[in-house]
Amino acid sequence: MTPADDLVVQRPEGLYCPPGNFYIDPWRPVDRAIITHAHADHARPGHAHYLAAASGEGVLRARLGAIDLQTLPYGEAVDHFGVRVSLHPAGHVLGSAQVRLEHRGQVWVASGDYFVAGADDDPAESNATCTPFEPVRCDCFITESTFGLPIYRWAPQRDLFADIDRWWAANAATGRASLLLGYSFGKAQRILAGVDPSIGPIVVHGAVEPLNRAYRAAGVALPETKLVTEITDKASLRRALVIAPPSVQNSVWTRRLGEHGDAFASGWMQLRGARRRRSVDRGFVLSDHADWPGLQRAIRQTGAQRVIVTHGYESVMVRWLTEQGLEAGAFSTEYGDEKEESAEVVLEPAGA
Amino acid sequence: MKAFAQLFNELDASTATSAKVEALKRYFAAAAPADAAWAVYFLAGGKPRQVVPTALLRALACERAGIAPWLFEEAYQAVGDLAETIAHVLPPPTAPSDVGLAEWVEQRLLPLRGTEPLEQAQRIARYWDELDTSGRFLLTKLIGGGFRVGVSKLLVQRALAEVASLDAKVVAQRMMGYTDAKQMPDAARYVALLSQTTSGPAEAGQPYPFFLAHQLEIPLGEFDARLGPPTDWFVEWKYDGIRAQIVKRAGSVWVWSRGEELVTERFPEIVALAAHLPDGTVLDGELVVWKEGAPAAFNLLQQRIGRKTLTKKVLADAPVGFIAYDLLEWGGVDQREQPQSVRRPLLEAAVRGAPGIRLSPIEERTSWAELAALRESSRERGVEGFMLKHRAARYGTGRTKADGTWWKWKIDPLSVDAVLIYAQAGHGRRASVYTDYTFAVWNRRPVDAAEAQAVVEAIAKREPAKAGALQLVAFAKAYSGLTDEEFRRVDKVIRANTLEKFGPVRSVKPTLVFELGFEGINRSPRHKSGIAVRFPRMLRIRDDKPLAEADTLQTLEALLASGHRTAA
Repeated sequence: MTPADDLVVQRPEGLYCPPGNFYIDPWRPVDRAIITHAHADHARPGHAHYLAAASGEGVLRARLGAIDLQTLPYGEAVDHFGVRVSLHPAGHVLGSAQVRLEHRGQVWVASGDYFVAGADDDPAESNATCTPFEPVRCDCFITESTFGLPIYRWAPQRDLFADIDRWWAANAATGRASLLLGYSFGKAQRILAGVDPSIGPIVVHGAVEPLNRAYRAAGVALPETKLVTEITDKASLRRALVIAPPSVQNSVWTRRLGEHGDAFASGWMQLRGARRRRSVDRGFVLSDHADWPGLQRAIRQTGAQRVIVTHGYESVMVRWLTEQGLEAGAFSTEYGDEKEESAEVVLEPAGA
Repeated sequence: MKAFAQLFNELDASTATSAKVEALKRYFAAAAPADAAWAVYFLAGGKPRQVVPTALLRALACERAGIAPWLFEEAYQAVGDLAETIAHVLPPPTAPSDVGLAEWVEQRLLPLRGTEPLEQAQRIARYWDELDTSGRFLLTKLIGGGFRVGVSKLLVQRALAEVASLDAKVVAQRMMGYTDAKQMPDAARYVALLSQTTSGPAEAGQPYPFFLAHQLEIPLGEFDARLGPPTDWFVEWKYDGIRAQIVKRAGSVWVWSRGEELVTERFPEIVALAAHLPDGTVLDGELVVWKEGAPAAFNLLQQRIGRKTLTKKVLADAPVGFIAYDLLEWGGVDQREQPQSVRRPLLEAAVRGAPGIRLSPIEERTSWAELAALRESSRERGVEGFMLKHRAARYGTGRTKADGTWWKWKIDPLSVDAVLIYAQAGHGRRASVYTDYTFAVWNRRPVDAAEAQAVVEAIAKREPAKAGALQLVAFAKAYSGLTDEEFRRVDKVIRANTLEKFGPVRSVKPTLVFELGFEGINRSPRHKSGIAVRFPRMLRIRDDKPLAEADTLQTLEALLASGHRTAA
């Protein structure tokens, strides 16, 4: 295999498939773009034609408005200049997809962002708000590595949501609201699907509700939510779980909550330093990205002999994969954040 | 261990004082005295000596986690804390236990010291396997000797006092020396802390909690309005030594450092002088090396403390004196409730009876302006400025203002404008943020901005500097003085201008000029620049200052020549 046969290469506009003449999650405007999922760093405005997973249509339109969008159910293929393209669940957020490309007997898969937790396949650990990650056999796997360090292992979801419930219930018992900060798209819905709604009312920030609507329209069961402006009985706020994007921390918006506890939900909360920099009462380690054992398992299950690492701890991942006997390299992308700042919570990658 | 780990997490998670005190009270109310005894020890800053070298911990963690050392180092760089890195990389526990803190420390941790490395490794691996992430983190901190928690001793005392319905000051005094390495905490000592029977002036060598001063930061013009006339105050020089108490009771002398360490044996000359004090006397003052009629540089004292054996030569080279500035007990009676104006004459009487102990002189002037002028002589005198003690001030506990006020009125630091050339990520709260910087000055004044820029470009191209040519010379490291906001900004600039990475250190294309402050400057053959500065810190970012106008080695030389040496 020579580089000329590569099904995906790096171009200034983004990751490009030469035989198919299209891009995957490009960061500059192009003619044809396959979008793995609707987070802002992957789904950018300005492309002429979009292709995305059918289940992601609602969220993608909620974010990008009127675009020329073609959708494809998971597993169905289309042919484009001899490249057979199909989309497969990535488990990251609603409608997130891995892109499988097949051309002249070669199969490549670009993962986008994906969520798989732990070394063993356990259905209890998958993301309840979307179709679970599906391993796809391939020759070359293009993988993310947001949490590509052995310090990142996610605790069982059951324990994590029980922790959140306890924190919420304890706040409610002392008559103060529980402000839980998390990314509006994906993280917020995962929290909603995981908490115990019998503890009290659930209030969401105005940035979260449009995504909730898209999730509900796609058939994802979420508990009842209200906007803070819809709360007529102010006393009920003091028992409420309030879900809002991180940007509201210390803003005037939080004043209407009165006295409240605050917490932050993100994979970065695994580290004490990041928790303390956030200066919230609690940090809940809830991520929509694969943890270290999850990354290893996902890569292994593809059977790929060649792996290309994108955003995250690329150099670590590349060295580790090379030591495992795989051919590994990296693409420099504009996904996530400036890569060096991936341990920062200040400018957090979408949905981490 | 579970309860203590839970307490640690609560203290660590919260920034609210009330929440911390509540968490402490919950713990103390429920804990067995033997466990609580150790909890108080650790929370109050007690540190058992390191039981196992960190190299062994690293190697063992790699082995247990099945990862290569390089990968462990990468993880450590991201975490910024060794114990936390270990806690996260280890596989989940297979034999969970809930053993109490006292048993952990006494039966397991302390016996590790002196055990064969192989046996140590086997035991530690077993211990890790019993604990969850937070338990492992704590255990590893305790083994490695690096335990710290965000709670002040005052808060611990307050919580204990509230649990036992005692006055916090009583608890504070009973706790003096509690963390001294020579005594082991046990249930009896813990119970004694909370005992309801008051025991009069402390038995044996028990010292009093130190009263600490606040930094005075108001312009001279406001002194009269804010402080009143200078005649309301005792004005004394502020010495740069080790704060200490001399306790003389029942024919014996004890010397306690501000760190509540019993240091009697290190200062035989002080013990000899203090033997002349009457029983029932406690003095507060400063230990300094005293040479040729003046206090000597702090580093002489530091070297002296480092000596294990005090030979005649050591004692002759660095003779230590005690400058007494307060009296806490006299005739066996606690004097701390007396105003300064009463304690001072008693102090003078006490010192008269013990020749050799120096009395801290009082400077009397009629105006603050005159005192400010006098303060300018601080550096020549080898002192840090003035201490202001209100005549009516009682002797308080810790850094409180409830009992009256002590101010430290320090001289302004020396300062130069320097260029940032290397950066390293911080630890703890600053992990993964570049906060530790190395600064340089020019070896000579650049002819113009273009010449300076040419040097910057050469550095960016990794061209080695030519001998004799204009170049930047590193001279100081600093990591404090900026706000979180400013650190974030500088962090961005560093990431955008990184030239090379050497492990955790990055070389940075010079773009930022900082005003660096420091307390003193000395020649040092160990530094490339030939100069060492004391307590360097960042005063501000000089965005207004072009690189070419940063200071030079000659600026530093001039400071040296003008006698701005660290008290030497």
